[in-house]
This record gives sequence, structure tokens and C-alpha cells, in this order.
Amino acid sequence: MAIKETQLVDQDYRYGFHDQTASYSFKSRKGIDHEIVEQISQMKQEPQWMRDFRHKSLDIFFAKAMPAWAKNEVLEAINFDDIYYYMRASDREGKTWEEVPEDIKRTFDRLGIPEADRKFLGGVTAQYDSEVVYHSIRKDLEAQGVLFSDMDTGLREHEDIVREHFATVIPPADNKFSALNSAVWSGGSFIWVPPGVHVAIPLQAYFRINAENMGQFERTLIIAEPGSFVHYIEGCTAPTYSSNSLHSAVVELIAKEGAHIRYTTIQNWYKNVYNLVTKRALAHKNAHVEWVDGNIGSKLTMKYPSVYLVGEGARGEVLSIAYASEGQHQDAGAKMVHAAPNTTSIITSKSVSKGGGRTSYRGLVKVYEGCEGVKSNVRCDALLMDPESRSDTYPTMEVDAKDVRVEHEATVSKVGEEQLFYVMSRGLTEVEATTMIVNGFFEPFVKELPMEYAVELNRLIALEMEGSVG
Amino acid sequence: MPDIILQIKDLHVKVGDNEIIRGIDLEIERGTVHALMGPNGSGKSTLSLVLMGHPKYAVTRGDIIYQGRSILEMAPNERSLAGIFLAFQYPSAVPGVSVANFMRNTLMARHKGDAPLTPAKFKGLLDNAASKLQIDPKVLGRYVNDGFSGGEKKRLEMLQMLVLQPTLAVLDETDSGLDIDALRIIAQGIEAQRSPEHAILLITHYQRILNYVKPDKVHVLVKGRIVKEGGPELAHELERTGYDPIIKELATV
Repeated sequence: MAIKETQLVDQDYRYGFHDQTASYSFKSRKGIDHEIVEQISQMKQEPQWMRDFRHKSLDIFFAKAMPAWAKNEVLEAINFDDIYYYMRASDREGKTWEEVPEDIKRTFDRLGIPEADRKFLGGVTAQYDSEVVYHSIRKDLEAQGVLFSDMDTGLREHEDIVREHFATVIPPADNKFSALNSAVWSGGSFIWVPPGVHVAIPLQAYFRINAENMGQFERTLIIAEPGSFVHYIEGCTAPTYSSNSLHSAVVELIAKEGAHIRYTTIQNWYKNVYNLVTKRALAHKNAHVEWVDGNIGSKLTMKYPSVYLVGEGARGEVLSIAYASEGQHQDAGAKMVHAAPNTTSIITSKSVSKGGGRTSYRGLVKVYEGCEGVKSNVRCDALLMDPESRSDTYPTMEVDAKDVRVEHEATVSKVGEEQLFYVMSRGLTEVEATTMIVNGFFEPFVKELPMEYAVELNRLIALEMEGSVG
Repeated sequence: MPDIILQIKDLHVKVGDNEIIRGIDLEIERGTVHALMGPNGSGKSTLSLVLMGHPKYAVTRGDIIYQGRSILEMAPNERSLAGIFLAFQYPSAVPGVSVANFMRNTLMARHKGDAPLTPAKFKGLLDNAASKLQIDPKVLGRYVNDGFSGGEKKRLEMLQMLVLQPTLAVLDETDSGLDIDALRIIAQGIEAQRSPEHAILLITHYQRILNYVKPDKVHVLVKGRIVKEGGPELAHELERTGYDPIIKELATV
């Protein structure tokens, strides 16, 4: 079964692959098959159960059809044979800033990571290509017993916790892309919060795609034990390059009794990235899960953060924004599955389409039989910047219980000539006025973000408005 | 020699194929308040929007000279930065943008390149204007015109005027739809703006506001033309007789 190491790292032999514990410089070939999966698992020296899991998942990936609701030419254009499924840009992994390679540092400097780290972050897991290069946890977190590492390390050092929870929220067979991720996953974050521990500072990771035709398949697992709280933030940017790139993450959250998880994302992938992400949370009794989800970049995003409310009194919230300009399609939404009585959910979705961009809200609210006292509120607001742009809403409600209150409200508005004129008449240029109007539209989302993210998002919107006006 | 702030020359304006302004000549000197009165549909609001540069209206003939140069080619924001202000009859809402944030942006647009606007200075400007108009400081945290009553909207227009201190303020029916107390506050705002440096064009349907703000000159606009001009007494005459005698007079000419 095992493949010789020389086969794994043939081009990079000179970098010392033979040191079992040292890092490798390894570049996989394009395409996906069992050999690649075996190489990845071998490289990572994973336990047999994970290796078996990967192979099984790959078979599921091959067998699964593309998502049925997404029969569009953009998705069909993905050539799975033309993608690298595992790469690493750095040979090193460091916990201190000094140990991080120079070129990577420069990139992170522009993203402001060191300052952020100093100011209020508990730990930084910065994913560069498929591997974690920088990772620190503040001592107080360690003292609290909080585990925060990349997923590979989590598996290595806390195999029991990982094995108990991994893929229990999102099985490989959930969809084609979750199967793919399960087969080739690398990196992502692993967080475990002990019972009753309140993590006061947001834990944060930056993800970054950096090599051409490179796929990123990070795998994040967050487990909040009873009565604990954690806020995790991921922000994504990607540098410019020419051909399509696939990003397909799987994120699993488990909020046990009375626990509270908030998961904040801002993705600003470059406009050639396919961002096909499966995000799902389990909320047990009286648990509270919030997805705060911002989608600015990518060519196509398909992402529907979900909360399965499996314990009585559980609460799920999704607050999302999507921005689509020329050539972009943000197919985003949310799913709330009420599988216990007296559970509540709130979905707030706001989207802006500009320059022929397309946004879709695709949502599901499901209430199982016997789940009385459920409350759900869904609100979707779309803003169209011009007649070429498009916005669609596909809400689904499946209610099989009595004594349930499910509300849905959707609006589509246009940036009016009068509104623009009004703001411009106070001295703002068309770009400034448009930026202000769009930022105002996103305000309910932005005000939920930590300050530095709010500033960054407002700046992104300003850059987008500059790029597409005049 | 009077310092002419605004000079409108033989102005003709169309919306689509419809000519709404049909030859207006008007001069406004620095330090004066002019009232422009007229019945509904006479072109009052159109004139105010044309002065601010609304893209819907096409100037087909004539010119608008502001402080010695034509502004016809200037965008609304350029006109604003040059010192022209329009208090809208129907101000738009800007959801998600607080009044304070909105005002900071409008002031920052005026401070590009110079000394930055300090938070303390900004707060001083805003609080001062708000107190003159008896605006609750809580309103400054609300989103611009979002869910505002008619009276609140008008007061917010006045607030913006007092903060921006325009050279030429055009007030489009700022007095309409107000009760007597609100009217008095608006009038106080206008009086606060009045100065030897500024000029004000007060557009109104009713004479009522002119009991509080005494104009230097009154112009009557009917069917896109100024048909009568005079001093403050003209407003009183109109209040008594209405616009009908003037309209009839025109019909017989």
C-alpha cells in the first residue's frame, strides 16, 4: 500500500525528504486519483483510519454528480484534471514571526497580520498555499486549555478528539465537493474549547491562494464544549493570476449544550476562484451558533452556511452579504434545520450586484414534525446597481410541525438616480456617493465585525466602486 | 457695484420633450435673500434642481453664471464644493449611513488636501448647528432621512446647510408641510445662514415663511417664466389675491 518516498518527492529529493519529521518541499502533479490521495496521507503520516477515510471519500467524489441546482456552465467549466490538489509553499512552520519566510511575511504585512496579532488576536493561523506557515497561540489561551492549531497538527496531537468529531457534521457523501475535500483536505483550523471556557478574543486565520491552478481544501473543525464561547474569524484574499483556481473547504462546528460559536468570514478571493464551500453547524440544547459571512470575491461562490438545531432551545443565525460585479456569481444563502422544539433561527441576507454581476439567495428553513414552538425569520435584501445586474431569491420552507412561526421577507431595490444625486449634491463624487450608499446597505453586517475588518471591508467596497465606475 | 453671486440668463430647460423653464433671467447679489414664488407646476422645483445639476434636466438655451463662471458643465458635487447648496423638497434616505457619518463625509470632501478635519472641530460644528435647530443629538446617530418624518427631513436639510455654510443656498419649499413651531425653527435656521457673505434663494408656494424671513426681493414664476418682481410687499399681495389675477393677466396678453 505504501508508496516509496522517492516517488512522492522525486523532484525535491535534495531538500531532505528522508527526514521523517522534517518538512518536505513537495509539489503534486495535476489531477486527482487514489495515488495522489495516498501521497497526501503518506506525506502527513496520518493514521490508517484517516487514510481509509480519504480513499473512501475519493470514491464518493467520483460517483457523485455535480449539485443538481447548479447546472450552470460556470461550474461545468471546472476541469478537475487541471488542478493541483496538494502543494506547500514553505518548508517551514513557525510559531514566532521571525521564523516565517521573508516573501510570505511581505504578503502578510500588507494584510496587517502582525499588528492584528499584537492588538487583540489570540492566535494566528495563516494558511499559505496548502500549508500552515505561521501559528501562534497566546499563553492565556493555552492556560485555559483551548486548543487552536491547524487541522493537520490537531489530528497529530489530539487524534482522539478529532476522530470523535471529524466528518460527523458533514459526511463525505453530503455533496460532490465535500467528498473531494474529504479526500484531499489539508490545513484549515482545529479548535477545541473546554467546558465553560469563554474565549474573550477572536481566533483568527488568514487564508491565501498563491500558486497558479492550485486547489485549496482546508478543513476546519470547531468544537465548543458545554457552556463555552468562541469567536473564530477567517479573512481571505488572493493575489492575481490568470487561470481558474478551486477552493473547496469543509467547515464543521459543534456547539454542545449551552455553548456559543460565532464564525465570521470575509472572502475576497480573486475573480477566477471557484469557491465551493460546505459549512454546517450542530447546535445542541440551548446552544447558539452564528455565521457572519461576507462574500466579495471569487468567480463563483456556492455557500450556504447551515445550522442543524438538534437540541431544544437552540438558536441559529446567519448574517450574510454578497457582492457580485462583472463575471461574478455569488450563489449564497443559508439553511436552518429545526430538529428540536422551541428552536429559533434568523437569516439576514444582503446582496449587491453591479456591472452585470449576479447574486442568488438560496435558502432552506425546515421544521421537522413534532418540533413545536419553532420561530424562524428570513430577510433578504438585494441592491441592483445597474440594469445589467441580476439578483434571484430561491427560498424553500418545509414545515411539518404545528405551532410554528416562520416569516420570510424579500426586497429588491435599485440605487436610484435621486439618491445618488442627493448624496452628490453634498460634494461627494459619483464613486464616493456610490461607495457610501453600498456601505450603508451593508452596515447591518459591517457593524457585527471587529473594527479592523469593518475598515477593511469598507475599503474593499470603495475599491470595487472605483474599479467599476467611469 | 453689487457682488453678483448668481446670474441666470435666458434659461430654457427641458425634461424629455417637455419645456418646463421657458426663459428665466435672474440675478442674486451677495448678502441678499430672494424669494421665488409661484403656483404648482410653474417650474420652481425644476429650477432648483437645474441649479444643482440634476442629470434629468437638459438646459437647451441660456446659461447659469455662478461667481463669474458658467456652471452648466459642472457635476453636482463640483457645484456643491463651489458653494452651492440645495435644500431638497423631497430628500432621499441613505439607509445604513448615520447623519454624523454623512456629515463627516461631506466635510471631508471639502478638506481634501488641506489640514484634516479634527474630530473635536467636527463635533463642534455639528453640535452647534443641531442646537440652533433644536435637533435632538440622538438624531445624529440615526440613518439619513431613514424613517424621518416630513418635519425631521426639513430640519436635517437645514442642519446640512448650517454645517456646510454654502455661499448660495437654494431652499426648495423647505417651509411646506410644517406646523407653526417647526416653521419657526426652520426660519431661525435660515436667519442663521443669512449673512453679508451668503445669498439665499427661497423657493416657496406660500407667503407664510416670509413672515419670519424677510426677503430683499420677490419673484413670481408662472409657467416657466418670471412674470412679476418686486419687494417684500409683493408676497403679501399674493397672499391676499392668490396667483389667479397674475395668471389671468398673462392669458390676456
